[in-house]
Amino acid sequence: MSALLWIVLPYTCLAVFVAGHVWRWRHDQFGWTTHTSQLLENRLLRLGSPLFHLGAFGVIGGHAMGLLVPASLTGAVGISEHAYHLVSVTGGTITGVMLVAGLALLIARRFVSGRIRRVTTTMDRILYAALTAMVVLGMSGTVVINLFGDGYDYRETIAVWFRGIFWFRPDPALMTGAPLVFQLHAIGGFLFLALWPFTRLVHVWSAPLAYLWRPYVVYRGRRTPAPAAPPTPAAVRNATRDARHAAPVATVKR
Amino acid sequence: MRIRAQVAMVMNLDKCIGCHTCSVTCKQTWTNREGTEYVWFNNVETKPGIGYPKHYEDQERWKGGWKLDGRGRLVLRSGGRAKRLSRIFANPDLPTIDDYYEPATFDKDVLVDAPAGLKDTPVKKPYSRLTGEPMSIAWGANWEDSLGGDTADQDPNLRSMTEKVTFEFEKTFMFHLPRICEHCLNPACVSACPSGAMYKREEDGIVLVDQDRCRGWRMCVSACPYKKVYVNHATGKAEKCTLCFPRLEAGQPTICSETCVGRLRYLGILWYDEDAVLAAASAPDEELLDAQRAVFLDPFDPAVQRAARDAGHPDDWIEAATASPVWKLISEYRIALPLHPEYRTLPMVWYVPPLSPVLDAAGAAGRDDTDADDIFHTIQDLRIPVEYLASLFTAGDTEVAGGVLMKLAAMRAYMRARTLDGTVASDLLDGIGMTAEQVEAMYRLLAVAKYDERYVIPAAHARTAAALEDLGGCSLDGEGGPGMGGRVPVTISGRRDR
Repeated sequence: MSALLWIVLPYTCLAVFVAGHVWRWRHDQFGWTTHTSQLLENRLLRLGSPLFHLGAFGVIGGHAMGLLVPASLTGAVGISEHAYHLVSVTGGTITGVMLVAGLALLIARRFVSGRIRRVTTTMDRILYAALTAMVVLGMSGTVVINLFGDGYDYRETIAVWFRGIFWFRPDPALMTGAPLVFQLHAIGGFLFLALWPFTRLVHVWSAPLAYLWRPYVVYRGRRTPAPAAPPTPAAVRNATRDARHAAPVATVKR
Repeated sequence: MRIRAQVAMVMNLDKCIGCHTCSVTCKQTWTNREGTEYVWFNNVETKPGIGYPKHYEDQERWKGGWKLDGRGRLVLRSGGRAKRLSRIFANPDLPTIDDYYEPATFDKDVLVDAPAGLKDTPVKKPYSRLTGEPMSIAWGANWEDSLGGDTADQDPNLRSMTEKVTFEFEKTFMFHLPRICEHCLNPACVSACPSGAMYKREEDGIVLVDQDRCRGWRMCVSACPYKKVYVNHATGKAEKCTLCFPRLEAGQPTICSETCVGRLRYLGILWYDEDAVLAAASAPDEELLDAQRAVFLDPFDPAVQRAARDAGHPDDWIEAATASPVWKLISEYRIALPLHPEYRTLPMVWYVPPLSPVLDAAGAAGRDDTDADDIFHTIQDLRIPVEYLASLFTAGDTEVAGGVLMKLAAMRAYMRARTLDGTVASDLLDGIGMTAEQVEAMYRLLAVAKYDERYVIPAAHARTAAALEDLGGCSLDGEGGPGMGGRVPVTISGRRDR
């Protein structure tokens, strides 16, 4: 059971994450969009969307810091355990609250506005539910256990297990002792990654940073090739005139 | 010099009767789909009026187009690249659907299913196409048609005018303004697109949105000062007027031109120098019009023809450029003017301003609206409507706007004298600095030009269409195609269940 949860599940989810993105990129460029609904509702989005996105950047950065940077490294460069804890709990709480507030506003707008309710897809509902679950679990870990509770040093257990996944040496024993909230958050996180490529979240990978460097006006040639011999203008005029007056074209067999 | 071709349009506003046929056929061709209910690639507005979307000309509010910064450099009015990306989570300049209008439909089944012999006539009710709820229709794309709707006095163009426009019946003036995408030489929408999904076609200057590369950042919508890029709220992608490129490629005019009842649209190509675009767009307000005209290259100039040939443009294009009605109206007769040149996008749909408001004013003032002198005096005396036309077409320069009206009035009087009395009024010609030949050719182009003279669409387009036919015809007609009935696949995911 422990191997299933802490070895098989992460790898399966990561595989779905990668393969899902490849499939979506190759087969659904037309569906690859933010699916903006600002046109239909602006009042709540104006506040909720920046809060959510900036909060999410902070939370993702915080996860990267906590999970990818070994405790031995921060210790070696002279950052005390107390200082690290202070930064992570403060940063985590502030960005977390932004994320919660933003998410709450964005979900509220899906309920409050009839126009938005109408364009909400099933996949949107699944995504919002998953985001809510992840945020509730994550915030209860940070706020309940690490801010007001006894604290739990995930850097010695969860972070080591997480990094182990990428060395292909994940140690399930490190996870079995973690508090339930952290366990659920870790499992949920991987399931969330598996869900990612099938939602509108794919727009994250299209963050338009290249815009900062490219020339303003983009020119592009027509893709269909131009045939060699040009007909005379008169021939074309006659041809189009005939086409205009011709009977509807019969079905063409391919 | 880097020579490029541009397919451009001129509309003769005196001939527009506001019938909306262009809008309707355009909508049937391009935007009769889910998500584009509110979208009109072509719309016809009544001026004065606030237009569609509401107040779109108010760039203080929408921040569309370009402006010159403190150091005289050309910048997008909504700010630079970094500022734009910083606002990507919520675009503060984006119009909402209420700035356009809430699209509606009717429960027509009530009428169809009504039993015979009802005491009261059954009435169909409007329903919102956004929510499906019953609604009351309070605005539309042409709500102000013929000065209806009581909003004309809010027209942003009236703000800068020294005299107040009267909106009393029979004392005011109005005309219709059909609008499509301007396919600008310096497009703000393309420049604001974070994904690089929008582009200007090298062959003919048509501005398009690559539907596969658009990611729905919606910066094009706010950057376009004409508000002619739209969000499709079903697909989450931007869409806009394509200048009917599949028709142009087949040698046919756009659907709005083809079906124009007043025959007021002209289509043709212009040569322009891409290297001169930036400098022209950066000219001071009062020089903008001349600067843009200077970007266009004379199609009869052998040096231009040689440059075009060297750049790989086919001979029939070079020939078509010399027959272009658009070149004649813009550069030869100089009676066509761009819509809001002060937006600095170098728009490529130009307008022959309407003389009819002046004629009406002359008549109302007890003058003879067939007498050139009286019309000239009316143009000079009555600041309205010349001032109003100037705010639309010349960045406020009443000299230029008045000059064009004088030409139109002189042409009218000259042709009247020639036709009715058989006299040649050479004093009129001197007044506008044109020869009798020029005026008669101009009259012919404006009044009686036939299909082939109004639409000179070069043959290279048709060659490509011929190549496409070799592919096996329209895939829509094939077995199982959308034309054969059954469900139309729009996308793999994200298709909404409604």
